[in-house]
Amino acid sequence: MTEKRDIVIIGLNHKTAPVEIRERLAFPSEDTAKVLEAMRQETYVDEIILFSTCNRVEFLFTTQDMPKAVEAVKDFVAKFKKTPRDVFEQALYVYNGEEAVQHIFRVASSLDSMVVGEPQILGQIKEAYQEASNHRTCGVILNRLMHRSFSVAKRVRTETGIGGHAVSISYAAVELGRKIFDVLEGKAVLLIGAGEMAELAVEHLVTNRASPIFVANRTFERGLEIAERFKGTAIRFEEICDYLKQVDIVISSTGAPHYILVRDDFKGVMRARKNRPLFFIDIAVPRDIDPEINHIDNVYVYDIDDLKSAIQENIDERQREALRAERIVDEAVVMFLRWVQSLDVVPTIVALRDKIEEIRQAELKKTFASMASVSEESRAAIDRLTAALVKKILHDPTVFLKQSGHKDKKSLYIDITRKLFNLDAQNNRKPDMG
Amino acid sequence: MSLFFTLTIACYIASSLGYQAYVLFQKRPVYRIASILLWVGFLCHTSVIALQYFKTGHVPVQNLHETLSTFGWAVVGVFLILQIKFNLMVLGALVAPLATLSVIIASILPGPPVEIGPLFKSLWRTFHIGTLIVGNAAFAIAFLVGILYLIQEKAIKDKKRGFFFRRLPSLKLLDSMGYTCLIAGFPMLTFGIITGVIYAQMVRGRFWSWDPKEIFAVITWLVYAALLHERLAVGWQGRRAALMTIAGFVILLFTFFLRFLG
Repeated sequence: MTEKRDIVIIGLNHKTAPVEIRERLAFPSEDTAKVLEAMRQETYVDEIILFSTCNRVEFLFTTQDMPKAVEAVKDFVAKFKKTPRDVFEQALYVYNGEEAVQHIFRVASSLDSMVVGEPQILGQIKEAYQEASNHRTCGVILNRLMHRSFSVAKRVRTETGIGGHAVSISYAAVELGRKIFDVLEGKAVLLIGAGEMAELAVEHLVTNRASPIFVANRTFERGLEIAERFKGTAIRFEEICDYLKQVDIVISSTGAPHYILVRDDFKGVMRARKNRPLFFIDIAVPRDIDPEINHIDNVYVYDIDDLKSAIQENIDERQREALRAERIVDEAVVMFLRWVQSLDVVPTIVALRDKIEEIRQAELKKTFASMASVSEESRAAIDRLTAALVKKILHDPTVFLKQSGHKDKKSLYIDITRKLFNLDAQNNRKPDMG
Repeated sequence: MSLFFTLTIACYIASSLGYQAYVLFQKRPVYRIASILLWVGFLCHTSVIALQYFKTGHVPVQNLHETLSTFGWAVVGVFLILQIKFNLMVLGALVAPLATLSVIIASILPGPPVEIGPLFKSLWRTFHIGTLIVGNAAFAIAFLVGILYLIQEKAIKDKKRGFFFRRLPSLKLLDSMGYTCLIAGFPMLTFGIITGVIYAQMVRGRFWSWDPKEIFAVITWLVYAALLHERLAVGWQGRRAALMTIAGFVILLFTFFLRFLG
């Protein structure tokens, strides 16, 4: 039986896969539960977390048999998404061990984001972790890994200027809006759907004095809620087409699997709005706005990939800060791996025995020092007695730890053992950061 | 060629280069120098035209040489006035070369002696051509702005944020500047055509003689009238309006040369 538990990440992101593939493989939040439940049944996968944002779909898991686990995940995705493997396999990356830890730290610190330093990713990762926790698919390793990645992200944010320059989707939206409308003052905004990124964009537009604000949501009550925040008006989802006649900027971010606006919806719209320009910002993956609409005169449609290039310049500035952030990440990776290695069974058992043996020797020495008259024979007997005692006491825990079987609990037991007997106190005085 | 005219050409050339450099390097001092040079060139040019006026008693629009020079002057003049409102800095990179081109061609062309007709007739003629030239200058700038609009529009549509995207102003600004040129140019064109018709009555004894330049003048007027109507009534704007402005100017240019060459 192999003891080695590997941390593996398999996934694709905006760098490896175009939006067409990402939107096909994205898991909407209602699917996450199903995925996690299914993966829990998977033999080769122990702990698992699923990240699915507009820019990435990643499975983070621990396994004892990496090749088989990777195959299993790929098969699962192909089956679940009804997409042949060769469609997405090219775009996949697989990291394990050090690379995987580094990757997840970089993702959480927003070093791997489309817009380096954008703050939303950390929230999304926290949500994904919460979801996995709710379904109890996280064990001791991933729990620790996630908490570490949160603290690394926090350190990166406070110690580097990575979030300093205002680059984000919302910034790009405002900049583009200015190139179209010159000033945003008095430009009507329609928010379709919800979502942190979209709401941030609206907020940014509002600070640039865009008004009035309309909000369309599938659930009208939710729309009302958001509209209230922006002092706007909630409209019914069915009214969107009517409102196209009067709004200037549309930000769309729904979870809809299909386009919610297609070219046919625009019949008569441009004439009614006297050809005033209309600017669509489509943050949703899968996309909400049919790209065909971009071909209509005076209508401009930007999807999430288009915005990628729109913020390229400022990214360069952040890149320099990112170098400093990478150092923080690397440091944390080393610390984390040290902890992971300690989770192996054999070193734990050795450490446990060493510790008890040390105690036994110390106690023997103390005892013998106070009873000088005791014969050599008696000393040998006492020594044998204590040795047997230690051996007997340690027998069951050792067997228990060596046992295979409890697949995702093993790391937990080892971790508990180490804590119970305070095994890390001598060798690793510094409790690994955070 | 007078000293002032040489000076004018030199200033226009230097200013053109300055504007190109500004577009390339985006350095504000370069823009200021180019702008000052254009002003100096414009003042020289004004004095050339004023001198000619005092010498001959006519606004110098009697032949192609004079007309081109006056056209260049009007383009710069209209541009400088527009700058007060729109401050569209990159436009200078197109306007200055256009003015330069027209004064250089004017300087090469011979200036044949001008026959001076009866004052009353030539006054109408001066009005006729003078207003047309200022109107044409406005349309020329509308044309250049239209080109800039198309470039910027394409950059935004194609999502190519390159060289021009960063340097060109917003679509809204370009569109309203084109519109301003249009509403400035159209009354001029209308007035120019009306005075032309009256002038024709005085010279030839009839208002309308179906000659090609008259027909084309009317076609030009119709194109601009249609564009203006669409803009006002239907709210035409953006790419199609820019395309039509460009088309209008091409026809206008044709009419303009027809007058002198035909």
